[in-house]
Amino acid sequence: MSQTISNTDRTQSNAIDCLNISEKKVGLFVTCLVNTMRPSIGFASITLLEQAGCNVEVPELQSCCGQPAFNSGDDEGTRQIAYQTIKQFENFDYVVVPSGSCAAMIKKNFVEVFKDQPEWLARAQHLADITHELLSFLVDVCNFEPTGIELEGSYTYHDSCSGYRSLHVYEQPRKMLSKVKGLEHNPLNGHAECCGFGGTFCVKYSNISNEIVAEKIENVLATEADYLLGGDMGCLMNMAGKLNREGHKEIKALHTAEVLAGLAPQLSGGKDAS
Amino acid sequence: MQVNKPEDFYKNVSKALAQPDLKMIIRRTTDKAEKKRAEAIANFPEFENARMQGQKVKDHTIKYMDHYLAEFEKNALAQGAIVHWASTGEEATKIVLDICRQHKAKKVTRSKSMLGEEIGLTHAFDNSEIERIETDLAEHIIQLAGDPPSHIVWPAMHRSREDVVKLFREFHLDPTYSEEITDLVRSARRDLRTKFLTSDIGISGSNFLLADSGSTCTVTNEGNAELTITPPKVHIVTAGIEKLVPSMAHAVPLLRLLTRSATGAEITQYITFHNGPKRANDADGPEECHIVLVDNGRTKMLADGMEEMLRCIRCGACMNHCVVYKHIGGHAYGSVYPGPMGSVLTPHLDSLEVANKQTHACTLNGRCEEVCPVNIPLPKLIRSLRARSWQKKYEPLTNRFIVQAFAALAKRPRVFQLFCSCGVVFMKLFSRQGWIKYMPLTSGWTRNRDLIEPESKTFMQQYRKMKKAKSDGV
Repeated sequence: MSQTISNTDRTQSNAIDCLNISEKKVGLFVTCLVNTMRPSIGFASITLLEQAGCNVEVPELQSCCGQPAFNSGDDEGTRQIAYQTIKQFENFDYVVVPSGSCAAMIKKNFVEVFKDQPEWLARAQHLADITHELLSFLVDVCNFEPTGIELEGSYTYHDSCSGYRSLHVYEQPRKMLSKVKGLEHNPLNGHAECCGFGGTFCVKYSNISNEIVAEKIENVLATEADYLLGGDMGCLMNMAGKLNREGHKEIKALHTAEVLAGLAPQLSGGKDAS
Repeated sequence: MQVNKPEDFYKNVSKALAQPDLKMIIRRTTDKAEKKRAEAIANFPEFENARMQGQKVKDHTIKYMDHYLAEFEKNALAQGAIVHWASTGEEATKIVLDICRQHKAKKVTRSKSMLGEEIGLTHAFDNSEIERIETDLAEHIIQLAGDPPSHIVWPAMHRSREDVVKLFREFHLDPTYSEEITDLVRSARRDLRTKFLTSDIGISGSNFLLADSGSTCTVTNEGNAELTITPPKVHIVTAGIEKLVPSMAHAVPLLRLLTRSATGAEITQYITFHNGPKRANDADGPEECHIVLVDNGRTKMLADGMEEMLRCIRCGACMNHCVVYKHIGGHAYGSVYPGPMGSVLTPHLDSLEVANKQTHACTLNGRCEEVCPVNIPLPKLIRSLRARSWQKKYEPLTNRFIVQAFAALAKRPRVFQLFCSCGVVFMKLFSRQGWIKYMPLTSGWTRNRDLIEPESKTFMQQYRKMKKAKSDGV
């Protein structure tokens, strides 16, 4: 019962928040994988955020969230990258990231590297507070529901580890996808089990990563879904790459934002969205 | 079997992955453990509270370690036990062997103890004139096979039933010719029973040390700890100092967490609290009881900001749920403690220089932390060991160079974006029908999977063009 009450409270406060959202400036942190490998996710994010009533801006001086350095243990390198990100994004009302792991990096890990720098620690903490992962932001903050999107077929969902465990993204994408006409959900066995990407892990321990992703795609194929969806380009690239290497063309890997923005029909493999 | 070394981690991994049945063998155990744990937690609605309570008990005891150690010693002495202090593994092993030699022991029985493995007790006995007899069924199997343990709860999980049949037929005096598990267990029991009764000294570990009574606690399913401890004249306990808890009441929530997290059982067959040597009115028990309290890097971990790791109650849940462990198995780590907990402990027991590769063999996916019964932030600790390793420059130079070059680019957004744009042009050269099968410098990726073909321009290039078109239009 107490759970229900708190959910209602949250919905109400979101609704109030939502009324003002168009006056709020949202900065989109594109992420380097989306920038380089899959711009359509970035454009889909803008479309969805605008549909949700946000005033979206994309600061041009952005680069990477710093995960490769942070996860390698290079704290100084991480700080150098984080200074830039903080300066570029701290003045927005919200910062939105179409990736669970990059969002978690900014929300949870920036503060780790500024422990000894009080001024930057405060700025990093402020950025952490205003930063959101895209799919959870759309639902939890904007109360957004996609309308008029149709896609025939079935999807299965991979919950990326950072989004799922660090940011508790689980219900939000499923809730929005349930509004897509014609699209059915085939649940994935081991939906929140790591796909073996792990950033630099997949290259440093290519052989272990390969075993993990091989098992992951077995589970994906067993769902017989038409689409493999997720919220992180890294995991999607890893699983899509393995599926293609093994000759499985019957399933298309897409970012949830691409589906919700209605881009799915025109996207395939790595071909241009345009 | 040849024992792997932690410094040969890459080689160990290749060897493990080349073993065709290994994955199936590991899964037989870990899948069951995962499923049974999930069921046990589902039937334990107060799990989150118990976990918080367990964490608090551990944190409190660790914080006041000096106080509780002194209290434990005082009460253990009052029970008639003899307390020894060892700061290193070698010291602890020497103390144990000296006691055995003073008693002119020829045969010692041991109940399963990971600390015993950690301090090298098994090797020390094997290099001495004293015969070591492992009494835990799985430890008995790997002793016959000459293997190190591959899991902290199921040390023989890498051995199949066929292996066990073969080993028992070769080594048991009166072996069974059946391949049924009950018959195999009976064969081991026949073999071990006489050994229990003729042992000179019994050696055990301890799951908990109770400060307010000086008791040591063993948790087993086979009753072998009781038979190891009771018949011989001398009992030696070796225990890490982090096993301390203030009292029985504090051990109980940890026991509830331990058995559920380890095997999914609500309780084990035997949980015994041992209180010093036999008293005047006792029917049986050892005449002499020695407790060896071992530091072996634990106070260093405490001083080093790794105190959260000292909460560990050795349930093995982190390895049962680790995607890396599940594919490479325990032996590949080359250390006593495998899996996520091992990746944190081994750098302290051996050295970070030797064990830094294990800390990198982790996707930081957080599953271990999610199932840890005492909330140890394993990914955070693993990451912080990488940061130390980075400062000490232990990583291969090429890895360091790539990360540093990336960071140098990423801190200059304009240069970084130019780099991304050039990267797209470069990747396009190798793309065929939407995919890249091979490209220089990316063999780590393309060896096993294809790379998606990027769009013709980066997001930023497209976005800038779009914005310009918009403003020109206006």
